[in-house]
Amino acid sequence: MKRYLQVVWAVLWKDLRIELRTKDIFTSMAVFAVLALMIFNFAFELRVPDKTMVIPGVLWVTITFSGVLGLGRAFISEKDRGSMAGLLLAPVDRSAIYFGKMLASLIFILVMEVFLLPLMVIFFNANFISLPLLLVLFLGTLGFAAVGTVFSGLAVNTRTREVLLPVLLFPVMLPVLMAGIRATIGFMEGDALADMMKWVNLLIFFDLLYLVVAYMTFDFVVEE
Amino acid sequence: MAGPLIEVVGLRKAFGRHRVLKGVDLAIDAGESVVLFGPNGAGKTTFLRILATLSKPTSGTVRVAGVDIKNNPEGIRQYLGLVTHAPLLYTDLSAEENLAFYARLYGIDAPARRIDELLERVGLLHRRHDLVRTFSRGMVQRMAIARALLHNPPILLLDEPDTGLDPQAAEMMTDFLREIGGSERTVLMTTHHLERGLELADRVLILQGGRIVFDELADALSYEQLRPTYDEYVGAGVMVA
Repeated sequence: MKRYLQVVWAVLWKDLRIELRTKDIFTSMAVFAVLALMIFNFAFELRVPDKTMVIPGVLWVTITFSGVLGLGRAFISEKDRGSMAGLLLAPVDRSAIYFGKMLASLIFILVMEVFLLPLMVIFFNANFISLPLLLVLFLGTLGFAAVGTVFSGLAVNTRTREVLLPVLLFPVMLPVLMAGIRATIGFMEGDALADMMKWVNLLIFFDLLYLVVAYMTFDFVVEE
Repeated sequence: MAGPLIEVVGLRKAFGRHRVLKGVDLAIDAGESVVLFGPNGAGKTTFLRILATLSKPTSGTVRVAGVDIKNNPEGIRQYLGLVTHAPLLYTDLSAEENLAFYARLYGIDAPARRIDELLERVGLLHRRHDLVRTFSRGMVQRMAIARALLHNPPILLLDEPDTGLDPQAAEMMTDFLREIGGSERTVLMTTHHLERGLELADRVLILQGGRIVFDELADALSYEQLRPTYDEYVGAGVMVA
């Protein structure tokens, strides 16, 4: 188990180190998120009487689309620099590589969200941030990173990898997106925590499901 | 351990309808240095990738140290070091950071001394803190060898390690490979360079059309003797002068 965790940490450390040096993933996600927010803001300003009504949808769509950019880089960058084989040669269960990559993607997307949320407060002129909402965002992002990292590994060996990743990912992500949006609406409207727990539990269930399926299938996913 | 260190029986590999390996049988003893020649598309890289557990055979058996690679790929990887024309390094990490990362992957405890030793051996100790992207192609390839030797594997697989190197860098690589080959380590190398391959090997193989068509001890061969056979199976135009 110690060896396994050592490999998870090694992959995570390596990805964080490279990202801190290059800022490739964060820059592309953050720029995309800002542009998406601006477009949504101008689009809804013309027709929507109360812009706060669209915050949950805008928030999750922005996270999902900008997050795909980061998830795509998880394995594409390894493939492009020819280092994928180096990872796969590690004398350890390959799911350890998956967990290292997944945690790195999770951190990148969470950092992007930390940057995104204050911008949304400014753009929509509404302070909707609360602790329960942050919990929902974390759980939704965990599910997104869990399944997205697997599909990133799958798409990397295909010619249409940039297109294939969202095509595979979004249908599978629907339960997490639905639960995340419903819970966000509920917490923004001040619904009771007990009423919202069904959505939170659904998020936890799908997070665990995605993580277990990824653990069991990752070796086949990256196989030639 | 009794028997060969690497034993390949009836190995076949197909990608869809395209059959790359059509029944390779081979036994390599511990300590042997084997060079594998073959024309482009003969299946040399596929063969090495299967040995390295990066690709699964369609059929046939590969045993390393008596263990079938299908049964314990994680354990087999500890025995192997792989050098390819792609260095498997991270250009945005320094030389030391790259080796420290791979040391963690291989579970090497207190790797600092081993990293220093290897960087010294490949002549890059003075560049340890420099990013790999600032290195020349020859330096990157020496780093790739240091990476492959980090966990001191008894088997070293080299897939055209001299590709893209200028003559001087290629000569340095040859000297270094001669030094690390030694009597303990088993080396299997593919190359298009006949003279260099013959110089480094105890045994010469030629893979053509997915099968081993030539297998001789290098001691019994001179460059002049091997050249016509090489030209016949591999093609004179393929050989690097």
